Amino acid sequence: MQRSLYISPDKCTGCLQCEMACSFEHEGTFNPAKSRIKVFTFHSEGRFVPYTCTQCDEAWCKSACPTEAISLDAATGAKMVNDALCVGCKVCTIACPFGTINYNSVTGKVIKCDLCGGDPACAKACPTQAITYIDAEGTGYDRMRAWASRTDNQSAARA
Amino acid sequence: MRHVIIGAGPAGVTAAETLRKQDPAAEVVLIGDEPEPAYSRMAIPYYLSNKIGERGTYLRHDPDHLDKLGIGQIQSRVTRVDSAAKQLQLAGADPVGFDRLLLATGSNPIKPPIQGLDQPGVHHCWTLEDARNIVKYAAPGSRVVLMGAGFIGCIIMEALVARGVKLTVVEMGDRMVPRMMDQASGNLIKQWCLNKGVDVHTSTRVLGIEAGRNGGTRFRLACEPVDDIDADLVVVAAGVKPATGYLEGSGIEIGQGVVVNDFLESSVPGIYAAGDTCEGMDWGTGQRAVHAIQPVAAETGRTAALNMCGQPTRHHGSMAMNVLDTLGLISVSYGQWMGVDGGDEVHRLDESAYRYIKLQFQEDRLVGAITLGMTEHVGVLRGLIQTRLPLGRWKQHLMEDPTRIMEAYLGATQMTVG
Ligand SMILES: Cc1cc2nc3c(=O)[nH]c(=O)nc-3n(C[C@H](O)[C@H](O)[C@H](O)COP(=O)(O)OP(=O)(O)OC[C@H]3O[C@@H](n4cnc5c(N)ncnc54)[C@H](O)[C@@H]3O)c2cc1C
Ligand code: SF4
Repeated sequence: MQRSLYISPDKCTGCLQCEMACSFEHEGTFNPAKSRIKVFTFHSEGRFVPYTCTQCDEAWCKSACPTEAISLDAATGAKMVNDALCVGCKVCTIACPFGTINYNSVTGKVIKCDLCGGDPACAKACPTQAITYIDAEGTGYDRMRAWASRTDNQSAARA
Repeated sequence: MRHVIIGAGPAGVTAAETLRKQDPAAEVVLIGDEPEPAYSRMAIPYYLSNKIGERGTYLRHDPDHLDKLGIGQIQSRVTRVDSAAKQLQLAGADPVGFDRLLLATGSNPIKPPIQGLDQPGVHHCWTLEDARNIVKYAAPGSRVVLMGAGFIGCIIMEALVARGVKLTVVEMGDRMVPRMMDQASGNLIKQWCLNKGVDVHTSTRVLGIEAGRNGGTRFRLACEPVDDIDADLVVVAAGVKPATGYLEGSGIEIGQGVVVNDFLESSVPGIYAAGDTCEGMDWGTGQRAVHAIQPVAAETGRTAALNMCGQPTRHHGSMAMNVLDTLGLISVSYGQWMGVDGGDEVHRLDESAYRYIKLQFQEDRLVGAITLGMTEHVGVLRGLIQTRLPLGRWKQHLMEDPTRIMEAYLGATQMTVG
């Protein structure tokens, strides 16, 4: 069964271990600025919200890509960027309505969550289980999708 | 059932794949007139800057991809559509009949009414063949004039500069990318280009292109109000318009492009349109519009195909959205960035850092945006605009600080949902 990242913002303490783990996994440095998962801080409420790609089925980034550089990893369901094919046109970055695929001006390519090949570093690093990697059919999984689906072509009915 | 698609660009290819997937038994035929495998015009700038070879521009990398899907391919130009007889006339090939037809013929570059455009060394930048010609003449040190600082013009500037040419840009409008950027951001982009050593003349017209004198450059361009400009290569990027010439006499309603309904069907039942060619609904304004951009080509190609194979799928309209990298300065524009009557506007400008963000609201919903120098999470602007998400109290936060867009987005979605 495919699994996906399940995020419970109420458990997040804002420790940024996930960002560190992500940047180390992908970039080889402990640098939150290079993380593909971001923790947003709501100072007034004292809340933290970790946020990354939901790997949507009809991925906007994938269908917008002009060079077939974004593909589906059949094993994990992740939408993967193939650096050899990405020309850095950034069209996916404005097509993804969740803002979870971003341009890296150092490499000239886009980067996004790839679920670490099925063993996401962020979930392993999170000390409070605010990020877990669970069965896609599992209960409550649709939480992230709940707002994801609002933007889906099919369901974004003209109110 | 025989589905025929005219035009093998992103819209046509996406439609062919969707038809095949949804209707394995149907016959699918893709007709395209370019002598190349299906490629992406969008990748041309990267070909020009030697980042990729020609193969890197191909839409699908497996050369047998369409064959494997059993999609018939004809390389020819459709010259006439007979809607009543359901038949297409082809240049130098037998006529082709259809049950359902998709018009995905893209755009043609606009040729301004100027003397001297038809000669080697004066080229559009629209096809792979154009790109090959540009490569031929854009030798290091050569003088290149880019006519038009619109979207396409700006996107190829980087490639031209990377080829080591001496570049001059001539734009009729009063700023760079006038149809995508406002005054403040268009002017900042101009300043950025000037700093990078590119000559930019806005509010300037090219009157004619003559042969160069005294054996210097190939061409001399008469301009107004500035002095003549010398050039070895002239790239004409003066805009595009839907390619609909072959539809004359077909009875299909044409506005700016092929007028389609919410199911992407034209005025003739069974004939659909997608991509740059189609004039559908701008869901922000509720008016019809042509959105000649890649994401719209892919989305409408897919939706048209679903409708063609009997799965009624409403197209909720498209919106203008562009991202542009002008010599390293990244700009983005979405929807009604120029604002709406009775709406609210907020912007934040840091000229020295080349950073800018402008948001346009209608009540508490975002309807348009411009950013300059931002690369993180810009996509949420689309999400917010497209879902018409009521921002509630987050609108006021954005009016105070428009850069807090991610917070507003998460605040208005997560915090209320969860
Ligand atoms: C240099 C450049 C950079 C660009 N950059 C961007 C960008 O950054 N972002 C973005 O969103 N968009 C960009 N675009 C625009 C984008 O490429 C188009 O929106 C997209 O190609 C539209 O796809 P389409 O399938 O509708 O049409 P096209 O890609 O134009 O394909 C249509 C095909 O139909 C063929 N055809 C036309 N008439 C006939 C006929 N009568 N018979 C047979 N075949 C016919 C054409 O030759 C063509 O091959 C760029 C374009 C260019 C040229
Ligand atoms: S990057 Fe965006 S569009 Fe692509 S799969 Fe993730 S959420 Fe979907």
